[in-house]
Amino acid sequence: MGLSYNAIEAEKLTTAEYYGKALHDLAVEHSDVVALTADLAKSTKVAAFSKAFPERLINLGIAEQNMFGVAAGLAKNGFIPFTSTFAIFAAARSLDQVHTDICYQNVPVKILASHAGTSFGQAGSTHHSLIDFAAMRSLPNMTVMCPCDGAEAYKLVKAAYSIPGPVYIRINRGFDAIVWDCGPEEVPFVWDKATTMMEGDDLTIIAVGSCVFQAIQAARMLKADCGLNVRVINMHTLKPIDKEAIIKAIDETGCIVTAEDHVIQGGLGSAVAEVVAEHGKACKFKMLGHDNSFSTIGLQEDLLSIAGIDSNGIEEAVAKLMNLNIHENESWEDEY
Amino acid sequence: MPVNYKPFDKAEWLRLEAKAHELRKFTLQTSIWGGSGHMGGALSAMDIMTILYHRFMKHDPSNPDWDDRDRFVLSKGHAAVGYAPLLVDLGYMPVEELHIFNLTGSKIGMHLDSNKVRGVDFSTGSLGHGISLGVGAALAGRMKGKDYMTFVLCGDGEMNEGSNWEAIMSAAHYKLSSLVVFVDNNKCMIDGRVNDVMSIEPIDKKFKEFNFNVGRIDGHNFSQLNIAIEAAIQNFKNGGDKPTAIILDTYKGEGVDFMKDDYVWHYGTLDEEKATRAFASLEKYYEERKARAEREGK
Repeated sequence: MGLSYNAIEAEKLTTAEYYGKALHDLAVEHSDVVALTADLAKSTKVAAFSKAFPERLINLGIAEQNMFGVAAGLAKNGFIPFTSTFAIFAAARSLDQVHTDICYQNVPVKILASHAGTSFGQAGSTHHSLIDFAAMRSLPNMTVMCPCDGAEAYKLVKAAYSIPGPVYIRINRGFDAIVWDCGPEEVPFVWDKATTMMEGDDLTIIAVGSCVFQAIQAARMLKADCGLNVRVINMHTLKPIDKEAIIKAIDETGCIVTAEDHVIQGGLGSAVAEVVAEHGKACKFKMLGHDNSFSTIGLQEDLLSIAGIDSNGIEEAVAKLMNLNIHENESWEDEY
Repeated sequence: MPVNYKPFDKAEWLRLEAKAHELRKFTLQTSIWGGSGHMGGALSAMDIMTILYHRFMKHDPSNPDWDDRDRFVLSKGHAAVGYAPLLVDLGYMPVEELHIFNLTGSKIGMHLDSNKVRGVDFSTGSLGHGISLGVGAALAGRMKGKDYMTFVLCGDGEMNEGSNWEAIMSAAHYKLSSLVVFVDNNKCMIDGRVNDVMSIEPIDKKFKEFNFNVGRIDGHNFSQLNIAIEAAIQNFKNGGDKPTAIILDTYKGEGVDFMKDDYVWHYGTLDEEKATRAFASLEKYYEERKARAEREGK
């Protein structure tokens, strides 16, 4: 098919479209790749795949539980199924099938969970997924990943093929803010190692998904406003988590803030806290995310702001934790 | 036909009766070793499992992962107390494994784990999953150009689970004629009679409306079982475009007089006195079954 990418093309692709491209490219290389969907082939962008390999796309209709069971049946018989649906339907509606048919049997079903977090903003809480990290992280055998943007999503999906057993990849709906301004193949990525996005010794922000872009922005603002040197870690793989990167952050910066578009109960913050607590060294610590709450309706950028996980929210939380004053931005008054 | 069947004559019928009798006794014995077991549903399913493994299925105990084998999904996974003895008897594992059935550290318990128990294709136990797994196995066979059959054995109470109907819809949509779904219609579930708790009838018509070929037979009659399963396999060999459902009218606890048709025997324990009565009852039952085979067999 000869698909190739450059940064300009990259800007035109949604994250799900990157998934579609990666799936297509995997299918070209590997005859055991099949794609399953539950009437969301269009929404989850498997078009490139279905055009090239119509016989390898299985649409199960609006029936997610069956889709995951069928995927397990295929995986037990020599195929590597990539299933796609909205994150909340994978993590909540079909959790029994994911638990028993996929994780308990330890079969290589790859779950591409789209429209995650609050990225389907105006659809409201029925279509937001704020609990999927917690659910998936608790399942034995499951690898849990979440890219920060489309280019990284491509890399993760390609990697998922070779990771043994089940893999859960959570992506957003639509366009993600571009973190990696390069072609997807150039994204530096080792699947079980966190990526350090910015170096710094004053504190560390560990972020995942949408919050990686926000954390980088916040780190720049903290440098400008308070002179802080902030380390930013992109924890694209929540399980197995990169303990070494977290321990280094504790030892070298003594302060960690986590940021995720997910409830703080059981998600990235909890995963990092487990490592911090066991390390046994004093470390300032703050978890940012949705706190025991359902999300509301709105644009994702607004919802991130309401939850305090956009760049301003992260900056404020860091300043409070470090007992610093952020200079008031007087231009805000213009808005009134 | 996938294998060269012996004709279903009187001798074959009697051979199956003898095997089912042995396995019924073995099931009770396993429950005694384990301290308790789902005997009722294992006894109702024993005849279908016996005829599948001893007459129809391509399988090889020395090579459980043989790619051309027929697949079997025990969707009513709690019948493992009958399935595990069957696998032991076939040579998939030594009988010693059953001596610690259900006990701490045992590989074999109430619901079988395919990663631990040789010969088990799928881990089951949570109800309403088996048909989906079977659809996946059947699709895999088609995509790989294999001609194996996929047999799924469901409970009747299990048909309450909505996920089954998603799976049934997809099996018909994808015209999976290599898939055969059996419903062990013993009319009992944990809380009572299926008709009292949550009726599934008319279950045969439901499958028919979902575009399955449907048969409804006495699930304790090997002659009827033989005809129905042969027809399902022929349907696939002849390029049929529908999956098959076979409703097996059965009795919970079949073979043991005090268990038969009594929902309380979904799960239970045999003390010494009950065990003695149960084994004696099985002997009497076997005599009746043999007499029927002698009378009706050709």
